[in-house]
Amino acid sequence: MPVHELILAESALKLALSAAGAARVFRIGLRVGTLSGVDPEALQFALTCVAQRTLAEGAVIDIETVAARGHCAACREEFALERDALLECPACGRPVTELRGGRELEVSRVEFSACHDDTKLPAAE
Amino acid sequence: MTIVDVRDPADVLPGPPGDSVRNETRVVELHARLLDANDRQAALNRARLARLGIRALNFVSAPGAGKTTLLGCTLDALAGAVRCAVLVGDLETDYDARRLRRAGVPVVQITTGGTCHLDATMVARGLDALPLDGVRLLFIENVGNLVCPASFDLGENRRVTLLSCAEGEDKPLKYPPLFTSAHAVVLNKIDVAVALGFDRSAAVANIRRAAPQAEVFEVSARTGEGCEAWLHYVRAIL
Repeated sequence: MPVHELILAESALKLALSAAGAARVFRIGLRVGTLSGVDPEALQFALTCVAQRTLAEGAVIDIETVAARGHCAACREEFALERDALLECPACGRPVTELRGGRELEVSRVEFSACHDDTKLPAAE
Repeated sequence: MTIVDVRDPADVLPGPPGDSVRNETRVVELHARLLDANDRQAALNRARLARLGIRALNFVSAPGAGKTTLLGCTLDALAGAVRCAVLVGDLETDYDARRLRRAGVPVVQITTGGTCHLDATMVARGLDALPLDGVRLLFIENVGNLVCPASFDLGENRRVTLLSCAEGEDKPLKYPPLFTSAHAVVLNKIDVAVALGFDRSAAVANIRRAAPQAEVFEVSARTGEGCEAWLHYVRAIL
C-alpha cells in the first residue's frame, strides 16, 4: 500500500474520530483536490484499512474530487487544470497567475451516532 | 420473557453499520486539513530556527541524484567560514550521515523505517538531538523520493530540488509538485551528460517550465564545475 496515503489516512481517521467524540462513525466525507498529489482511490483504501478495529470500522468513505482552476491575468481567462498538470495557461503558455482550488486535502463531513456507546447491546429486560 | 445476557459487554465488537441500533445520526461539517498537524509543527520548526538565527535548506530529489555529494562539497566550501549542521533522512542505515561527518559540523541521521519522506515532527526530533549553538545554516537531506516530500513542509527557508543528468530530461514535467514548490533547482552530474547522451538544454528548458519561480544551477558536485554559482546562492541565504 502506498505509504504516502497511509499516513494521510491516519491523519484523516484521527480527525474523524475526534469530530465524532466517543461515538460510532458511519460516514466520512473527504475533499481531495486534483493537484493535491494524492490518489483518491488509494486514500480511500488506506482509510478503510486504518479504520479497522476503531469506532470508524466499516464507515462509508465518500471522496469528493475538487477540480483545480487557474487564472491567467494576461489572457483574462480562467481554465481547468488536469491532475498534476503544469501550472501554465493553455492559451499563452505563461505560468498561471493565480491558482483557484485544487490543493484541498481535508475531512469535510463526519456522520456519527448520536448515542454514545453505540457498540453496547441494549440492556436485557 | 426473561433473557439473561451473559456476554461481557466489553467483548462485543462493533458490527457493520446499518444493522445495529441506529436511532439518530449527527453530522459535522468541517474543513479539517489532513496536513494541518504537519503544517503546525512546520510552523513551530520555522519559528524555532528563526529564534536561533538559523536558515534551513531542504534538499529533495530522486534517489541517487547526488544530494549527499552536493551537500558534502557545500560543507567543504563553507568550512571555517559558516557554522553548519546537517539532518539526514533515510529509511535505513546511517551511511549518508557518516559521509557527511566533518570537523565542526554536527550531523544527525533520522532513520524513518518505512516512511518515504521526512515530516515536520521528525525534523523537530532531529533538532532536539543537534547541538545548534552558533549554527547559521541547517542542511536537511530528505529521503530520496520525487513524490511524497513535496507535500510535507518541514519548516525550511529554502527547498532545493535536484535532478541529475543520469535521469530523464522530462522528469520535471512528470513530477511537477517537487518542482513547482522549489526555490532552487540544481541539475547535477553535468560531467557525464555527454557520455550519457543527456540533452542539457532540453532538461533546463523543462526545469524552467515546471519551476519558473526557481533559480537554476548546473553543476557537477563531483568535479566542482559550476559550484561557485551554487555556493554564492547558499551564502546569500544567510
